[in-house]
Amino acid sequence: MIEILQILLSESFWSASLRIATPLIFGVLGALLCEKSGVLNLGIEGIFVVGAMVGWMAVWLGAGLWGGVLAAALAGALFGLLHGILTVPLGLSQHVSGLAITLFASSLSYFSYRTALPTVSSPPRIDPFQPLDIPILTNLPFLGPVLFQQTALTFLSLFCVLLVWYVLNKTALGVAIKAVGDNPNSVDAQGLSVYGLRISAVMAGSALMALGGAFLTMSAFDAFFFGMVNGRGWICIALVIFASWRPGKALLGAILFGAFDALQVRLQTEVGAFVPSQVFLAAPYLLSIFALVIAARRAEYPRALLTPWFKGQR
Amino acid sequence: MIRIEARDTQSLAWNLGLPVISATLALLLAAIPLTLAGAPIGESYFYMFMGVFGSKFAFSEMLTRATPLIFTGLAAALAFRAKLWNIGAEGQLYLGAMAAAAIGTGVFDVSGIILIPTIIVFGCAAGAIGMIVPAALKIRFDADEVVTTLLLNFIIVIFLQYMLEGPLKDPMGLGWPQSSPIMDQGMLPKVMERMRIHYGIFIALLCAAVAQFMLIRSVWGFKLRAVGENMHAARHAGLPINSSLLTVAAISGALAGLAGVSEVAGLKGYLTADLSPGFGYTGIVVAMLAGLSPAGVVIAALFIASVFVGADSMSRAMGVSSYLADLVVSAALLCVLLGGFLTKYKIISVASQSGSSR
Amino acid sequence: MNYKKVLSLKNLSKSFGRIVANQDVSLDLYQGEILALLGENGAGKTTLMNMLFGHYIPDSGHIEVADETGHFSELTLGNPQGAIAAGIGMVHQHFTLAENLDAVDNITLGAEPLRSLRRNRSKAEKKIQYLIDNSGLSAPLNIPVGRLTVGERQRVEILKALYRNVRILVLDEPTAVLTPQEADTLFENIAAMAADSLSVIFISHKLREVLAFSHRISVLRLGKNVGEIDTSEADEQKIASLMVGTKTSHPERMVTSVGSPVLRLENLSIAGRGRRDSLKNINLTVFSGEILGVAGVSGNGQAPLAGLISGMLRPEAGQIILDNQEVKQINPAEMIAKRVGRIPEDRHRDGIVGSMSVAENLIIEGLNEKKFQNYGMLKRENISKHAEALLTDYDVRGPGSAAPAQLLSGGNIQKLILARVFHEKPLLILANQPTRGLDMGAAADVAHRLIEARDRGAGIILISEDLDEILRLADRILVMHDGAFVETETRDRAELGLLMAGQAA
Repeated sequence: MIEILQILLSESFWSASLRIATPLIFGVLGALLCEKSGVLNLGIEGIFVVGAMVGWMAVWLGAGLWGGVLAAALAGALFGLLHGILTVPLGLSQHVSGLAITLFASSLSYFSYRTALPTVSSPPRIDPFQPLDIPILTNLPFLGPVLFQQTALTFLSLFCVLLVWYVLNKTALGVAIKAVGDNPNSVDAQGLSVYGLRISAVMAGSALMALGGAFLTMSAFDAFFFGMVNGRGWICIALVIFASWRPGKALLGAILFGAFDALQVRLQTEVGAFVPSQVFLAAPYLLSIFALVIAARRAEYPRALLTPWFKGQR
Repeated sequence: MIRIEARDTQSLAWNLGLPVISATLALLLAAIPLTLAGAPIGESYFYMFMGVFGSKFAFSEMLTRATPLIFTGLAAALAFRAKLWNIGAEGQLYLGAMAAAAIGTGVFDVSGIILIPTIIVFGCAAGAIGMIVPAALKIRFDADEVVTTLLLNFIIVIFLQYMLEGPLKDPMGLGWPQSSPIMDQGMLPKVMERMRIHYGIFIALLCAAVAQFMLIRSVWGFKLRAVGENMHAARHAGLPINSSLLTVAAISGALAGLAGVSEVAGLKGYLTADLSPGFGYTGIVVAMLAGLSPAGVVIAALFIASVFVGADSMSRAMGVSSYLADLVVSAALLCVLLGGFLTKYKIISVASQSGSSR
Repeated sequence: MNYKKVLSLKNLSKSFGRIVANQDVSLDLYQGEILALLGENGAGKTTLMNMLFGHYIPDSGHIEVADETGHFSELTLGNPQGAIAAGIGMVHQHFTLAENLDAVDNITLGAEPLRSLRRNRSKAEKKIQYLIDNSGLSAPLNIPVGRLTVGERQRVEILKALYRNVRILVLDEPTAVLTPQEADTLFENIAAMAADSLSVIFISHKLREVLAFSHRISVLRLGKNVGEIDTSEADEQKIASLMVGTKTSHPERMVTSVGSPVLRLENLSIAGRGRRDSLKNINLTVFSGEILGVAGVSGNGQAPLAGLISGMLRPEAGQIILDNQEVKQINPAEMIAKRVGRIPEDRHRDGIVGSMSVAENLIIEGLNEKKFQNYGMLKRENISKHAEALLTDYDVRGPGSAAPAQLLSGGNIQKLILARVFHEKPLLILANQPTRGLDMGAAADVAHRLIEARDRGAGIILISEDLDEILRLADRILVMHDGAFVETETRDRAELGLLMAGQAA
């Protein structure tokens, strides 16, 4: 018990939590933006893979780290556009289209990676993002050391939380996105484009998802591995419901999740002799299901989620 | 400016022709990645074709590959008909496989006539439980089954690793994480000498036939279709929603479990963690390509298996990544989605400036 | 009134597939005028207005609008933005409000450029307050619209249009969801705005309000112009005959002998999520051989009442006694077994499974009958014979018993449901808005079937928002308000209206 408390109070623990949470923060925000506009994006898992691969590949080809980030976001937006076209004007099943995007995006990433690097035995490495030293922030008590070890992408994810919150709550665009996710007719009757709003939201959300993937190859690790996304996208879909579609709660949910994951790694070293390691490996997925089960009943889904809207059919 | 209008009638020819066109289109689109990979197109397609139809062995390999896809395709098709989104066939396949490995490796040393059905029953039961749990969570807690089945896939694979390192581990396996071999009398018989194809294909075809018949002709199938097509009207008409969902969940999971049984006790003879190269997920593509019809699943599974086997043999010959097969399969799904849209709707282009002329 | 023309619809035609919604329709509107667009359900009124507002693109014809200076120009078709810019506002019958947003957000939606990084909410609120003060249309501004009453939502809808500085306002069936008193207040507000030079078109099929509040009446029938008349020269007889064409006969209400109770609800309560889904300790008896009419503005407890009788909802307290036996298990299957026939309000959602065949839809409530199944297998021959017989008896027209039910027209879908329900000779029938959205022929058919069933001895609960329908068919009338009943002897519209508004007559 004391050990757990010690872990929970240590700065390195929270630093690790925030690091683990970063891809989830991007992913949950992305899923949130899509769903707020009324589109479920199950392409998230594949878009993570695309972001991881494209970001890494761009850096490896010499685009520079921020060039890689930009490339990943653009690639994500492109798959978002595909999902948007299939589900918004064409009104196809969001479930099936999303799964198709995931299958297509991941196989395309793997194929491209293998085609570009046919013969390498161990994955080539890049110089990833390094921890940032921001003078004022790192002098803060407790928070300073936690933030001190983070890379620029983690700061970007925190900034995106603020950005998404601001857009949704303080701008006309945000009002329109929330409206189109609740009742598309309200937007159409005021002369705004339902298709335009939804496709843009899905593209922006998908770009955020891809950044979550890019973090994996450009900050958490320095290379691209097969299967490295490992269900993080699906976890984000569960976390959005847990966060009841609020950016602030999404951040909280992701960090709690990261903390739990960091804790299980540390507990593993303490009690690993008695408990099979698989229990710890499975814990994040079990936790997601648990979070979903407790949150689902009282979740207030965006009312128009999953419902296609066709112009002129009212 | 374009507009979308529902077609008054959906032509039957279109409904049947669509999957064929989509599949062909996806295959043709493979020329793009092939060119990028620097492979000569004609030769590549030739090797792909020969990889399936070039020899009796090649063809039997394709049938062997199609067997688990028929099972997982049926699992997805039946569940999707009831709008129960079972994306967990991959995990349920492994549950079935684990049950087969647990039962078939020496717990009961009985003759094959008893052992094989026992393995099948336990494999089905294990798979069924794997889908009943998320269905129950959906009914009881509104927990979205898409997310729960997807996450369960990961949990089950981790559980599999534990089982292969512990209880199911082969003591003679030189430390490899694999199960003991299934006893000889527990193995499904081979169809042909010196080929890998086994009786699993017949079980799969039987399941497809029964599923097709039950879906259209039985009260159970009637209820399942009604619940899937319009849950509100089904509830209003007094149909038992929850029990319909639970039975279809059980059957869907059992079919996925059978895929695992057939791979372990038909093909491999033992269980490893890489038993399935994503048969569960590919089953979704099979089901969609089949238009969620059990009979169609058989044809779609044969096609997808051909793509995999053909592309495998082509990629070995041409040195192209074998991920090409996955790419073609997922592109086929996208094509069939788009095509399905075109059979239901027509896109009309209209002039946005409808002026005084005309 | 001055006679400055502000809007001209010229020879508009529109078809949907094989259905002609509008054919060569023309219409003029003058400044400060209140024009009533009158016609039956399905006459093409809403389609016409949706073309004006850019939701639909006409197959042919065009629209001209005057700007502030009176200069006419052609309106870009199929573009709501263009209509808004030309000063046209529309209040739809089905509200187009985002329920998760408050009134201010709903009103300003689309009025500010999406690119702007900041919003000036307080400025918007000031303008809205100014509009409220001038028009008398008040509504809470800062709580989510989902929590407002229907009347308040409608006022928000109108404010939405006014905020965009409309000069032409189109109201589609504005009083469908209001009590007669609320409707009167609304029209007083509209008259004041018209006097202030707003031009108004309102769509209605209620002769009374059309005669009371419009300046001019234009009548549509089967998608065509059939007449235009100044309200001062109109009377009910004149416009009714224009509207209907040949006169259809309404079934005569005959006094029949009332039998024993078939349904008793005792001290029933349902606490739903809001006022709309609650029943407060109600008592009700329905006798065999009577049609009990339940009048009221929708959202006053009709939904939970219907849900209860159709078995979809369980009460928190109280008893349901059917045919002198308490119903312990309340679910749809049990209600069907106890011979309750249910005609659902939303026939597309709850009444049919659209992609399944007509024959299958006809047996969906009788799946367990030996006639239709044997050891879990469907008897397909019997099922299709059964369907053929019912289609003939109930005059359901369409592409046949094997075709998907969704290919039937709205009226024929309702006939399919009638066939399913009535051929079982139910003891009790719940008819929830049975004629809503039907043309007069199909509606008359529904009425005849209800009377036929009543005469054979069934007890019938008729829930309807259409007061005329209740007055025509019901042997006894109950008014629902705020989750409770008021029984009344009166057949006076005004008195019933007061009861609907919750004021004792």
